Amino acid sequence: MKDDEILTTTPQNDDLYLENAQECENNEQDITIEDAPIDVEFDIAEEQTDIDIECADNVAFDMPVNAPTTSRAVYMPTEESVRKEHMSARRKSRISNGVIYAILVVMCVVWILPFIGILLESFRCESTGQVGYIFPKVWGFDNYVRLFTETQFPRWFGNTLIMGLVTAVVQTIFVMAVSYALSRNRFKGRKLLMNIMLIFGMFPGFLTLILLYTWMNDWHLTMENAPWGLIIIYVASSGMGYYIAKGFFDTISHSLDEAARVDGATQFQVFYKIIMPLSKPIIIYTILMGFMGPWGDFVMASFMANNASAGYNAAAGLQWLLVDAKINEWYTTFCAGGVVVAVPITILFMCLQKYYVAGVTGGAVKG
Amino acid sequence: MHSSLEYLKLNKFQRMLYKIAEFFMNLPNRFAAKFKKLGLAIKNLGVNIAENAKDIWSTFVHGSWKTKVSYLVMGFSSFLHGQWLRGLLFLLFEGVFIGYMAWTGAYWLSKLGTLGNVVTHTEMVEIEGELYPQEIAGDNSFKILLYSLITILFIVAFAYTWYQNVKQCKALEEIDAMGKPVKAAKDDLKSLLDDQFHKTLLSLPVFGITMFTVLPIIFMILVAFTNYDADHDGYYNLFTWVGLENFNTMFKLGSNVSMAFGEILGWTLIWAFFATFTNYFLGMFLAMMINKKGIKIKKFWRTIFVISIAVPQFISLLYISNLFNDNGIINGWLMSLGWIDKPISFWGDGTLARIMVIVINIWIGIPYLMLITTGILMNIPEDLYESAKIDGANAFQQYAKITLPYMLFVTGPYLLNSFISNINNFNVIYLLTQGGPANYVWGSAGGYVAGDTTILITWLFGMTADAHNYKIASAIGIMVFIVVAALSLIVFNIMPSTKREEDFS
Repeated sequence: MKDDEILTTTPQNDDLYLENAQECENNEQDITIEDAPIDVEFDIAEEQTDIDIECADNVAFDMPVNAPTTSRAVYMPTEESVRKEHMSARRKSRISNGVIYAILVVMCVVWILPFIGILLESFRCESTGQVGYIFPKVWGFDNYVRLFTETQFPRWFGNTLIMGLVTAVVQTIFVMAVSYALSRNRFKGRKLLMNIMLIFGMFPGFLTLILLYTWMNDWHLTMENAPWGLIIIYVASSGMGYYIAKGFFDTISHSLDEAARVDGATQFQVFYKIIMPLSKPIIIYTILMGFMGPWGDFVMASFMANNASAGYNAAAGLQWLLVDAKINEWYTTFCAGGVVVAVPITILFMCLQKYYVAGVTGGAVKG
Repeated sequence: MHSSLEYLKLNKFQRMLYKIAEFFMNLPNRFAAKFKKLGLAIKNLGVNIAENAKDIWSTFVHGSWKTKVSYLVMGFSSFLHGQWLRGLLFLLFEGVFIGYMAWTGAYWLSKLGTLGNVVTHTEMVEIEGELYPQEIAGDNSFKILLYSLITILFIVAFAYTWYQNVKQCKALEEIDAMGKPVKAAKDDLKSLLDDQFHKTLLSLPVFGITMFTVLPIIFMILVAFTNYDADHDGYYNLFTWVGLENFNTMFKLGSNVSMAFGEILGWTLIWAFFATFTNYFLGMFLAMMINKKGIKIKKFWRTIFVISIAVPQFISLLYISNLFNDNGIINGWLMSLGWIDKPISFWGDGTLARIMVIVINIWIGIPYLMLITTGILMNIPEDLYESAKIDGANAFQQYAKITLPYMLFVTGPYLLNSFISNINNFNVIYLLTQGGPANYVWGSAGGYVAGDTTILITWLFGMTADAHNYKIASAIGIMVFIVVAALSLIVFNIMPSTKREEDFS
């Protein structure tokens, strides 16, 4: 039994509605009794949500009107009781809001604390290792100075920035191309292509680490040159992440393209002049994701750099400061590096948050 | 079996259970249908090939001399018809193919059966009358396997192009017969931006995917059937085909690998379950709290939580991991408060580490869920709640009877997808614990010591990066694929909203 079948095989929604309304009547009478079986009542609402939200709407809305008034009379409030109820409801909601505020404040503290911690530790000058307190005893910029003079951090930062920029541009082009072609064109082998991408997407990506390393090594794109090898790896398969953008294109009306085609536009012109300008949100989302990818990638980056620290990205480099032998010497420097990386990324993300939310929710709801 | 009316009486949760049960009951039928379909597909393929072969043959027999020459010299007919661009491309491709096959392709293919038999060794070589030890390069199993695979792909591509060439000849003959003008090179180029625009769009991305995803994955699948590991590096010690031996060690009762595999698979599923559902419900509660009427500065609350999405995970997770170290801040605090005498080893105790990973994952995951559910929660019709309130439902009843069913219906596919992505959630596990604490009871297998928080994907990474045990890593990868594919199959079959393609994509 499948859901779509239910839709077609159930008695018409109206019938169901009548049935429900009748059940409601019965419940309406029960409600005055202390332990009324209100469950049934809500089952109806739920039943309806499942089948047709709008219908549930109507039921909920019309019910009091349709229900016989005899039973409602018991429930009919006097002015006095309305006022009382109102006040108690308000007090109740004030209390519950107070509880919610308290929870939210506590949660915010928990969520923000690690970042405050990193920030404070990055200014700690009296020691470089881990300590059991959060507020520095001696404040200063020593860690930042060390970060930029004694480690290769500027190089790591530059590597990541280049990777981020190139990946963002090329990946966006690839993703747009694939998702547009799959959304708008119906060509032979389209289904096959999508199935192949789906199936190969189910394999864990790390499986191919060793092959990609060997391969890139043959072209001298590992170790110090790892950023370039990584760009190729990031970009080459990026077409497989077409789902969200395709979902977006699917929602753009086809009548737009058809009108343009009638006017003599080529497919390319439709793509470039009509669809792309309409797709600003999803393009920005894709660029943002492409740019942030290399900043967050740690495994691929450290594997490809293979201990040549000049080829690290920021994540691999900073993690390298934390290996057991070094951690006491470099811990606060790591925190400083974390701040230097996190601040610009966070600001960028916050500015484009709107697009991120649109992309993520769009993707989640569509699957 | 329920009738449709009985089915309607079930609540949301029962329905889901019912569907899952039904899925498993129908599994044999489904498989039978799949196999039938597969058989049909193979039959169709056979018929297609036979028809195409017949077609190719009749084109050859009835064709003009131009066509006949084109069978050997690709693009010949196109040249004579003035389609120099197509002709040139065909000819170029043929030239490259023949050159490649003669130069190296045939060599690689000839070695594919054994993956090499000449081991690199040192020989005394006479140089200017004196003997020097010199390394004589032998075969390289890795390269043989890789380039054989590339060669096979190349042959397939060539066969397809050749077939296109024949079709082209046939089309040209038909055009000749009707006396129409042929398409010029300019038109061909133009159509790449018009009718054939999808080819322009897809060519580069699909090439990239083929070379960097499809080919490597096929390669690694093949590695699972060899003995490629630290002892057989493919150069000084060649590796070769071993059939199903690796899967045998993986499932043979009592072997180290199978013990570790069982434990790790179990924990992977437990982890994915808790990681998914704790995040889902807590994220939903957070979104509901912020959404509630009367709560002010909603934007501020959301922004705070979004920060933890914006900061790269390696920073926040590495920092948090160090917070809970033996000499980290948390232990320091607890000790200075006098609550404990000696540091709690958060990452040293297996069970504690597992709990910690799940708890910290809540910290990571809730903000995403908050973002996703906020919009959906706002879409629930307000009237539902109002009428529920009038009828005296309390907050929990409203949640259980209105919010949850609605949310499950809308985000069901997302929920199962996030279960799958948690199976492959490398970052959280690796950055927090690196899979540790190492468990020597069942963990050491195949040259790598897995730990209590090791999940399949970090195990795979450890096998590759630390133990260089590629054969087992490949077998693990295939196992991950099977788990993920099975789950996806369930998702696709049970979730109604994933059925229609337009919805899913």
